[in-house]
Amino acid sequence: METKTFDSDILIIGGGMAGCGAAYEARAWGKDLNIMIVEKANIERSGAVAMGLSAINTYIGTRWGENTPEDFLNYVRGDLMGIIREDLVYDVARHVDSSVELFEEWGLPIMKSENGRYLREGRWQILIHGESYKPIVAEAARKSASQIINRVMITHLLTDAKDSNRIAGAVGFDVRDGSFCIFRSKAVVLASGGATHIFRPRSVGEGWGRTWYSPWSTGSAYALPIQVGAKMVQMEIRLVPTRFKDGYGPVGSWFLYLKSTATNANNERYEDNRDKLRAEYGSYADSKPLPTCLRNHLMMEEIRDGRGPILMHTEKVLDTREKEEAGWEDFLDMTVSQAMVWSSQNVDPKERWSELVPTEPYIMGSHAVNAGTWVSGPSDISPPEYNWGYNRMTTVSGLFAAGDAAGGAAHKFSSGSFAEGRIAGKSAVRFLRDSGNYTPEINQETVEGYRTDIFQPLDNYEIGRKFISKGTVSPYYLYPSQGLKRLEKIMDEYAGGVTTFYTTNSVSLIRGTELLTMLKEDLPLLGAEDLHQLQRAWELVHRVWTAEAVMRHTLFREETRWPGYYYRTDFPKIDDTNWKVFVVSRFNPSDSRWSFDKVPLKGLAIGKGEK
Amino acid sequence: MPTYVIASKCKNNGKCVEICPSDIMHTDPAIDMAWNVEPDMCWECLSCVKACPENAIEVRPYADISPLRSEIAVSRNEGKNVIKWKITYRDSRVKEFEFPIRTTGWDTILPPSSSQLKAGNLDDQALYREEPKTAGSSGASGKGGIQRNNKGSGK
Ligand SMILES: Cc1cc2nc3c(=O)[nH]c(=O)nc-3n(C[C@H](O)[C@H](O)[C@H](O)COP(=O)(O)OP(=O)(O)OC[C@H]3O[C@@H](n4cnc5c(N)ncnc54)[C@H](O)[C@@H]3O)c2cc1C
Ligand code: SF4
Ligand code: SF4
Repeated sequence: METKTFDSDILIIGGGMAGCGAAYEARAWGKDLNIMIVEKANIERSGAVAMGLSAINTYIGTRWGENTPEDFLNYVRGDLMGIIREDLVYDVARHVDSSVELFEEWGLPIMKSENGRYLREGRWQILIHGESYKPIVAEAARKSASQIINRVMITHLLTDAKDSNRIAGAVGFDVRDGSFCIFRSKAVVLASGGATHIFRPRSVGEGWGRTWYSPWSTGSAYALPIQVGAKMVQMEIRLVPTRFKDGYGPVGSWFLYLKSTATNANNERYEDNRDKLRAEYGSYADSKPLPTCLRNHLMMEEIRDGRGPILMHTEKVLDTREKEEAGWEDFLDMTVSQAMVWSSQNVDPKERWSELVPTEPYIMGSHAVNAGTWVSGPSDISPPEYNWGYNRMTTVSGLFAAGDAAGGAAHKFSSGSFAEGRIAGKSAVRFLRDSGNYTPEINQETVEGYRTDIFQPLDNYEIGRKFISKGTVSPYYLYPSQGLKRLEKIMDEYAGGVTTFYTTNSVSLIRGTELLTMLKEDLPLLGAEDLHQLQRAWELVHRVWTAEAVMRHTLFREETRWPGYYYRTDFPKIDDTNWKVFVVSRFNPSDSRWSFDKVPLKGLAIGKGEK
Repeated sequence: MPTYVIASKCKNNGKCVEICPSDIMHTDPAIDMAWNVEPDMCWECLSCVKACPENAIEVRPYADISPLRSEIAVSRNEGKNVIKWKITYRDSRVKEFEFPIRTTGWDTILPPSSSQLKAGNLDDQALYREEPKTAGSSGASGKGGIQRNNKGSGK
């Protein structure tokens, strides 16, 4: 295999929303720096926004006095049942508006209301004609980066030969020509998105790839930093969004903008009665708005007790052509599958309801959850415990993270991920200025070891295939799709997936970890018949590492903090006394052991007592 | 509705291969055409459909999930900056929509120009083109009543 070596000042791994933001901002501050994006797909249509979006979910509206960053902080704190990094959330809020305003200047069509302001979908969301959101943002990144390398998948990060806690680059392979790619870089921004297919999806067969979040979100953002010993936070929290059944159409616009309502099979508005919720979860039941997980919880109870299906009454709100268009555009911009489900089942949303379901769980840092790396906050507001010098730097020196990759700050969505990428980009430039004439030094032996590991699945396949007459069954290898199904089944059954109705307990989690460990032991046996399958093989490896962190974190947190996302049946209550803390883990690369810490919540002295 | 390539239309120009975020559009030299190599990892994002200049890629509902015989056709025009959709129901009803995709010409975005920045600003919190040191909570400098707080818990 050919080897290609790339040198850069800043290497951005993943050219999605956060990665594009990082390239843009790093260029502003680092006029002469060599800024490189490496992307496993093509940044033109890569990441969760590949298809487009119909809304920007985070816009504060500070210039019009609509909201303040403090209001946003209060909202996010409530939604996450208290567990957020306030410094990070506030930081996103104060930088997100300028990012959205850049999008508009670049040509993203943002809808306007009569008073000339952005048209609100809800308090934080604004409506866009967003089919080309990603190509527009990618254009800005293309103009900013020194070089964009598409179709190279990063498999491992590299730390410095002399300092195992200092980033020095990454390795991966070119999915098209099969070359081994070595990146030496003085700083790295990790922006490689969230994780789907960790849990078994509701979809089956040919529709397996139809998850709500994109199937190419494969957990690299977690597996890469974990393996070099970066600390992780909140890996136990998983997003279970409520979505239109089978098409996975998002519900935000329908509830917030079109004001659609949902009922159970008995035509009852099940969300209205909060008495039982209050009895179970105390004052959390009175949070306004009701936290996403608790809304899920109410729905799950209906379904569990046989009062499903849950019906979204689209037929009651699409009374004008304008609203009909808004409803359809919502899906055509970002979830075309839903339009296909409607048309294939002869459902006209103007005439009849659609079913809603809670989906399978996803791991991510940008939505109504905040899993990811444990990063430093902004020096002007972060408490010292959360600040080790450079904003958005992980606990590995020179390794920054943004978007789904960075934990602690929820509700970033597309705009906040881009803004956080910008924050990390600027911060990386500052880090470079301060690190003098550092040149990355890479341990050749380690790199050669990775080269062998990376291409092993191709050899495994060759050997294993020749041993059998024909077919897919060989004792010498397993296909990436088989490994993925095994992973999904383990997570689904033991870590709180759909089949156990989101429940788990310590016996389950310990058993699940055992099975996961055996899966991990089998990964060197992956077989790939071509480079595409080699990409799938490494995506699986990254998903398994992500899953292991999820399993272990879930076991460590002995409470049910987010009912409606998952339930620890052995600790069914919210336990503020012992567990109103972050769970921070670290995998130690030198002895392969995981350690766990409870880290206290430190708030900002702002924003108390607002609406 | 995973995608499929219509044999009589594909010119094997590789546009779909270049764009597919899932890396499942591949060309097969033996047939000199593109094809969807892994339909069960297709997200139905339609990036390939929009990119194919020959209109050679179509979609059909996921056979294991949906009834068949409905169709979705899309055409995206970067000159006019609109996207048009035509949805044909299983029972032949038709819905058509047209939406804008961009308000400016393609390839008009400028890179950030660092001429307005001062070196000292690298140490404050303001991002490119944000006002450094704006008072009030909108300020990029983080004023507006925020202080470090080493004691409080996040309530
Ligand atoms: C259906 C749907 C609806 C949504 N609705 C909204 C909405 O209405 N409003 C809103 O604001 N947000 C919405 N979001 C959320 C938004 O898309 C995400 O919050 C945002 O994209 C996260 O940004 P990111 O940069 O962290 O990840 P991504 O944008 O996913 O980017 C990650 C990038 O990393 C690349 N990558 C991954 N692994 C590797 C590797 N190993 N090597 C190289 N490259 C790699 C990927 O290919 C990808 O390009 C929605 C998302 C989905 C899927
Ligand atoms: S873009 Fe269209 S014509 Fe080109 S290879 Fe793909 S299917 Fe064939
Ligand atoms: S619809 Fe999207 S995921 Fe499916 S083949 Fe086309 S580009 Fe790839």
